[in-house]
Amino acid sequence: MPLLDVDDLTTYFHTRDGVVRAVDGVSFNLERGETLGIVGESGSGKSVTCYSLMRLIPEPPGRIERGTAMFDGRDLLQMSPKELRKVRGDKISMIFQDPMTSLNPYLRISTQLIEALQMHRDIDSKAALNKAIEALEEVGIPGASKRVFSYPHEFSGGMRQRVMIAMALITEPDLLIADEPTTALDVTVQAQIMEIIKQRQNDLGTAVILVTHDLGVVAGSCDKVLVMYGGREMESGSADQIFYRPRHPYTRALQKTIPSLQEKGQELFTIPGLPPDVSKPIHGCAFHPRCPYPKIGSPEGERPQLEDIEPGHCWAACGFCDSSAPIETVLAKADDHVAEPVDGDA
Amino acid sequence: MTDHSETAVLGKDSAPVIAEEELVEGSSLWKDAWARLRKNKVAVGSLVVFVLICLFCVLGPFLSPYDSNAQDLFSGAEGPSADHWFGTDTLGRDLMVRVMVGGRISLMVGLVATVVALAIGVIYGATAGYIGGKVDASMMRFVDLLYALPFTIFVILLMVAFGRSMWLMFVAIGCVEWLSMARIVRSGVLSLKKQEFVEAAVSLGYSHSRIILRHLIPNVLGPVIVIATLTVPAVMLLEAFLSFLGLGVQPPNASWGVLINEGQANMEIYPWLLLFPAAFFAVTLFCLNFIGDGLRDALDPKSAKD
Repeated sequence: MPLLDVDDLTTYFHTRDGVVRAVDGVSFNLERGETLGIVGESGSGKSVTCYSLMRLIPEPPGRIERGTAMFDGRDLLQMSPKELRKVRGDKISMIFQDPMTSLNPYLRISTQLIEALQMHRDIDSKAALNKAIEALEEVGIPGASKRVFSYPHEFSGGMRQRVMIAMALITEPDLLIADEPTTALDVTVQAQIMEIIKQRQNDLGTAVILVTHDLGVVAGSCDKVLVMYGGREMESGSADQIFYRPRHPYTRALQKTIPSLQEKGQELFTIPGLPPDVSKPIHGCAFHPRCPYPKIGSPEGERPQLEDIEPGHCWAACGFCDSSAPIETVLAKADDHVAEPVDGDA
Repeated sequence: MTDHSETAVLGKDSAPVIAEEELVEGSSLWKDAWARLRKNKVAVGSLVVFVLICLFCVLGPFLSPYDSNAQDLFSGAEGPSADHWFGTDTLGRDLMVRVMVGGRISLMVGLVATVVALAIGVIYGATAGYIGGKVDASMMRFVDLLYALPFTIFVILLMVAFGRSMWLMFVAIGCVEWLSMARIVRSGVLSLKKQEFVEAAVSLGYSHSRIILRHLIPNVLGPVIVIATLTVPAVMLLEAFLSFLGLGVQPPNASWGVLINEGQANMEIYPWLLLFPAAFFAVTLFCLNFIGDGLRDALDPKSAKD
């Protein structure tokens, strides 16, 4: 039985301007100790997926419309607030995007670490403090026994993110959700933080859901990949399957955008157009307006169904374009076509 | 805001480049604020004067040979002299003792009513701001409703209904003063609860009451302390106003408001009766306002640590 089995997760925001379909029928599963990378452009529903699992969606306007998220045999989406409080921080922890604001500026690091631990474990303050110092040492904070008494404003961004990781992992949870943990950090620090997450994951056997824009990070550290677009699942599979045998036009286009894979001196490839407006209903394939592949048939119609290509590898089988050829040939052929903005290229 | 040289070095690499002894003990925002406050001469001076006035009022009556209510009709309305430093009032009571005793009441009203306003306002405001939505809207409309109530009429109605008493005056003043406190705390919490550390606290499984009491309220304490120091003089002024109208402290008990009221009746003939209590009252109000201003500057996170 997988540690986490998410099926048809759907989260809508009911705003004044209409229903925003932030996450629309996403399914995935995760074994113990595995890493799942969720990738996609801004607004593709990656973060909302994580927040939905933690039940951190502000309700109203948000609402988890349907779906299940079986965690260790229990449905996270059906839990009472009391049960949730027991799971959060104990079995599932979360790291946030911006370490500058995710620590309470008025409390010492020691207080915050101890609080996180004592919330879920019956442990006296002295032992908790030792554990806190240990946790800081494990994420590579020098002089942890002294720095533990510092306040967050005395730490740099990278150090704070280390503290956040220490805080999230101090209870040794089964699942760590990292919502773009390196986005707000320096490039040099990013690699260190990813390294620490990986190392702690190996030490503790924690499963990790990693939300990121950075396909390089995904390739380097994820077992499974989920590609999202417009709140929907486009393709999912093992890292190998996604990177070596991408099926969906969007996955292929996304990989084309990795700067290091492009020829030097050439203009960097970008997918033309803008991500879809999820506050309007999307008919057919969400990627259709920006798809570089030759189109066949009408874009209006049923939403593409998820189809297995090989074990563990599925894609939103799109019948609106002829996606049999590799993307390079398509792009070379349609060079003029791509050079012109497809729709509303800002 | 932070010690840049040190964090820069530490942020660069995880290797322990700094010997442990060199690491500074964490300096809290409160310590920084205190350091800044100490540099503010006006605020420190005001604090000293305020403490002296408090000591004068609290300890003074024990040292004085006179009783605050003992009348001596033969030495009524005498000017300041060696026996009576502040002179005596029309009934021959020593004015210095009366100023001390009146000060006790005025200061006590100021402090008690402020503490009451603080407790109600902070918890009410934080709850409204944290829950948000319809609960917040209805809680704040209730505050608006109380705001709209004319204070004087409200107090007079209370007095009519329950008779005159000092405790009733506390209630009346407390009822009015917690409103602005609630509004300030609510607005602070509203902006704080969007911050990620609150989300982080939820994601760690903390309960709502814990988040409000331990994570949100300490973060709004800075502005709250400032407002509180500015509320004390406002409350004292209200008390003086009510006593002046005869609705507050009842003779023969004294407060600065009562004394000023008595003094103004004879101010053309016996000016010292007005002068001394009014001077004490004014100096105290000035001090509290300066302290409040100093605290506001000191607790402002934007003012640089140096």
